[in-house]
Amino acid sequence: MRYIPHTTGDVTEMLERIGVASLGDLFVEVPESVRLKRPLDLPEEASETELLRELKALGVKNATAETHKSFLGGGAYHHFIPTVIDLLISRSEFYTAYTPYQPEISQGTLQAVFEFQTLICQLTGMDAANASMYDGASACAEAVLMAMRLTRRKRVLLSKALNPRYRAVVATYCRYLKMELIDVAVADDGRTDLEDLAAKLDDATAAVVAGYPNYFGVIEDVAALSEKAHEVGAKLITAVAEPVALGLLKSPGELGADIVAGDGQSFGLPLAFGGPYVGFFAVRQKDVRGMPGRLVGETTDLEGQRGFVLTLATREQHIRREKATSNICSNQGLCALMATIFMSLLGKQGLREMAEQNLAKAAYARQQLSAVKGFSLVFDGPAFNEFVVRSEAPVAEVLARLEGEGILAGIPLGEDYPELADCFLVCVTEQNQRAEIDALVAALQGGAA
Amino acid sequence: MTIVGTSGLVLNEKLLFEHSDPGRKGYSLPKLDVPAARLADDLCRKEISGFPELSEVDVVRHFTRLSTWNYGVDSGFYPLGSCTMKYNPKVNEVAARIPGLASVHPATPSHLAQGSLELMYRLQGALAEISGFAKVTLQPAAGAQGEFAGMLVIRAWHEARGSKRSKVLIPATAHGTNPATASLTGYDVVPIASDGVLTLEEVEAHMNDDVAALMVTNPNTLGLFETNIEAICKLVHERGGMVYCDGANLNALMGIARPGDMGIDVMHFNLHKTFSTPHGGGGPGSGPVGVTEELIPYLPGPGVELDGENYRIESTKADSVGRMMAFHGNVGVMVRAYAYIRSMGPSGLKHASEMAVLNANYVRARLEGVYDLPYKSRSLHEVIFSDKDLEGDCHTLDVAKRLIDYGYHPPTIYFPLVVKGAIMIEPTETESQEVLDEFCDAMIAIAGEARDNPDLLHQAPVRSRVRRLDETTAARKPKLKWEKGA
Amino acid sequence: MEFPEELKYTEEHEWVMVEEELAVIGISDFAQDALGDVVFVELPEVGTVLEAGKAFGVVESVKAVSDIYAPISGTVEEINEDLIEAPEIINTSPYEDGWMIKIRMDDASEADKLMDAEAYQALIAEES
Repeated sequence: MRYIPHTTGDVTEMLERIGVASLGDLFVEVPESVRLKRPLDLPEEASETELLRELKALGVKNATAETHKSFLGGGAYHHFIPTVIDLLISRSEFYTAYTPYQPEISQGTLQAVFEFQTLICQLTGMDAANASMYDGASACAEAVLMAMRLTRRKRVLLSKALNPRYRAVVATYCRYLKMELIDVAVADDGRTDLEDLAAKLDDATAAVVAGYPNYFGVIEDVAALSEKAHEVGAKLITAVAEPVALGLLKSPGELGADIVAGDGQSFGLPLAFGGPYVGFFAVRQKDVRGMPGRLVGETTDLEGQRGFVLTLATREQHIRREKATSNICSNQGLCALMATIFMSLLGKQGLREMAEQNLAKAAYARQQLSAVKGFSLVFDGPAFNEFVVRSEAPVAEVLARLEGEGILAGIPLGEDYPELADCFLVCVTEQNQRAEIDALVAALQGGAA
Repeated sequence: MTIVGTSGLVLNEKLLFEHSDPGRKGYSLPKLDVPAARLADDLCRKEISGFPELSEVDVVRHFTRLSTWNYGVDSGFYPLGSCTMKYNPKVNEVAARIPGLASVHPATPSHLAQGSLELMYRLQGALAEISGFAKVTLQPAAGAQGEFAGMLVIRAWHEARGSKRSKVLIPATAHGTNPATASLTGYDVVPIASDGVLTLEEVEAHMNDDVAALMVTNPNTLGLFETNIEAICKLVHERGGMVYCDGANLNALMGIARPGDMGIDVMHFNLHKTFSTPHGGGGPGSGPVGVTEELIPYLPGPGVELDGENYRIESTKADSVGRMMAFHGNVGVMVRAYAYIRSMGPSGLKHASEMAVLNANYVRARLEGVYDLPYKSRSLHEVIFSDKDLEGDCHTLDVAKRLIDYGYHPPTIYFPLVVKGAIMIEPTETESQEVLDEFCDAMIAIAGEARDNPDLLHQAPVRSRVRRLDETTAARKPKLKWEKGA
Repeated sequence: MEFPEELKYTEEHEWVMVEEELAVIGISDFAQDALGDVVFVELPEVGTVLEAGKAFGVVESVKAVSDIYAPISGTVEEINEDLIEAPEIINTSPYEDGWMIKIRMDDASEADKLMDAEAYQALIAEES
């Protein structure tokens, strides 16, 4: 096996040095009764050629934005990925290292994480960000737990317009912590219903959680949400599943959010059927010591040179064990590096330009679609790059017909929102050319005719 | 002896923000081919204050320079105990980037995502076979999230029986993630003693009808096989509990013994350890969870199932503990692990475990007598020494730092907590006898230096890009981001 | 290492100085030495009611964290604000400038149950 360097001679020599007769003798502590007495029932090993042939054959069974015109979003987005990213993260000093426990030989990772933390703070308008979480949904769940610790309260209000997968993960994390999760209704404009929120908020509420933009692509009134939450001493958590929007929108920090949790997949990460993506997590200065996850801080070495170290580690599981702020250990380091490189390349102008393109493409698509007979737009609140379309014909039929024409038109909403069973969620990014949007419109028109 | 570490030309590099020059661009976007749109002004920010403006060259050079300040498995020997820093095969990287696998959207209808679903289904099956469990979920993103999923499953099983058990037994040798996970699942932690291996008596003394589960690691963090595991599992079951196994150290056992056959009910895998996927400077990992038949209904979901000839995402199950991640987990990591299992085959995996154990025992044989070996029973994949015999007021930290000067990544240090000044060495199977010999020579030389010239250890490292860093000031006055003019 | 005779000590390595109904509380020289450079201290708010034996605060070094337990029941009268900005005072002056809180004792006789300097030194000799 090419990954294992031992020759038969090496093995003999090493066994001799150890003082045992055979490899079997190394396993004397493993009781006979639990030994596996047969070979593993797995396919025989594949050569490099065979392996790649097999995997490429699997690859062509998938539909992608290369094979189809895709309008799928809903928490994972098809965006421009600069070539530079993959080539830089393929430097194996980055990807074959682990957590930077030894700062003297991990300054590359540490400085990059420090830059990631800074970029996330600038993007979200918050004071401190951690080194990454698993994804946006788990970051959102950790934010809920942090709000519970900060307020010592157990009641959490989740906007129904928050990504339903995020809501599901929050529920999983809270499952046995004696917490109360309450839905807040969606208003006609597709934003969180402020009246329903006001009615449900009380002084036992730990947090209000809303998407920004929300699952329907609508831009929430974060200032109003935070004002309402703060009136009763609750924390406002904003979940950002589409951070490209923050190239244009006011930052959640500026609007009063206490914790910003989100997903950085849009920042240069391939869709990869759902992961690995990268969760980000940002808080106010006063709450830093209550954060989950790793933090990198700046310091100096013995000779006064600037350097970076993991810091405030007493919050973490390896030191505080059952009292830790989270059980997270491995995070999504390499994905955070990808997002860091993306943000460096796009920079101040590029992210804005990209956000404006998304806004324009989606606005164009919305306008064109709204004129198609048999289809209508559901929400009239300000939108970014996604929107909900209602169909007179059954959604499953419409989507299946468009698939036949090489179009993935959107995500059906019925499973997560029975009241929107006649609706689907359409996402348009800078990657969708006008011709693709026109093709979508034409295909929908074709069905209605 | 060859000293691997030397000094070369290392380039300084500022922070991104310090390079920034207004007006520079590092991107190219397609021309906008639709009319521009506007949002109401009160929704929009003026700019992202502080965001950098750099050219593509600036960015490429920046990160290339940063990379040279790192040490990875491809740089050299990385014997970080309990982390299984084995070689990360390059073909796996190519595999994960195959366009159809890398760019499929997670909400693609199942019938149009058959390639990824089939790969996941096969990987689930392979992991179940390797571990001896009835079913595996791939959803958890990392070991700690796998632990959480597994403990949720155990709790759901108890609750379904009306059992209100509130405690979890955790040996002193456990990873910190174990007690942190138990807390997250709403359990109180009862630490139990473990001096070497867990004894039946110790478990028996604590295993009452308020204990929901025992969390073990096998082989444990001392590199020892839990020899009483069968009897312990039997006892825990008799008293109405479940046994969770932290699978971080599975690299010792592939094709040798299966946790599912030992009586363990739930175990997480670390694909980034045992199954060779890169550690990425901290992640991403992947932490699949295997369970016995009885626990299948409670698994997090949805998983992947085969219906006739078609693979599909399962519909949500009533008893499932729910969703761990927004989508299907770290699928890109799964592709790499699958590629590894296919490249190794059944005999290759067993050979890997055998060579991993051989390497650990070889290092042990070479260093025993030079460094204190607190536990004498046969080591599996890793060996734990202590700094007890070190002279010259030198400690484990000093040995670790001096190893850097010799060109090695230090082992895991000061863990497990039951060994004072622990030095935890896990060589993995991908290191040759020559590499191990050079490393052991360095360890022996360092013990000599501690005796003859301890200052070399106290001052170390001197060859790295930076010297020892002031962690105290970093924690007292945390500076967690760059600020203009600061 | 110093263990002033006029103080009382606990098994959790706190010290207590009784001044009529008030008790000043801190951590011992042994405790600060074992922790290493203290980087952070979390103290209760004035007015908090403490129960003997229960944790009232936290002291942290770079790689260790330790709860601080109330040796005696009472109500917090004053906290040492200087420690928030300069926790290193606990290392340099554990018994004087490094005091943590002053409490009004519920029952001053509780202090009699604590160890004197000699008993405490015997305890740490056993522990180390």
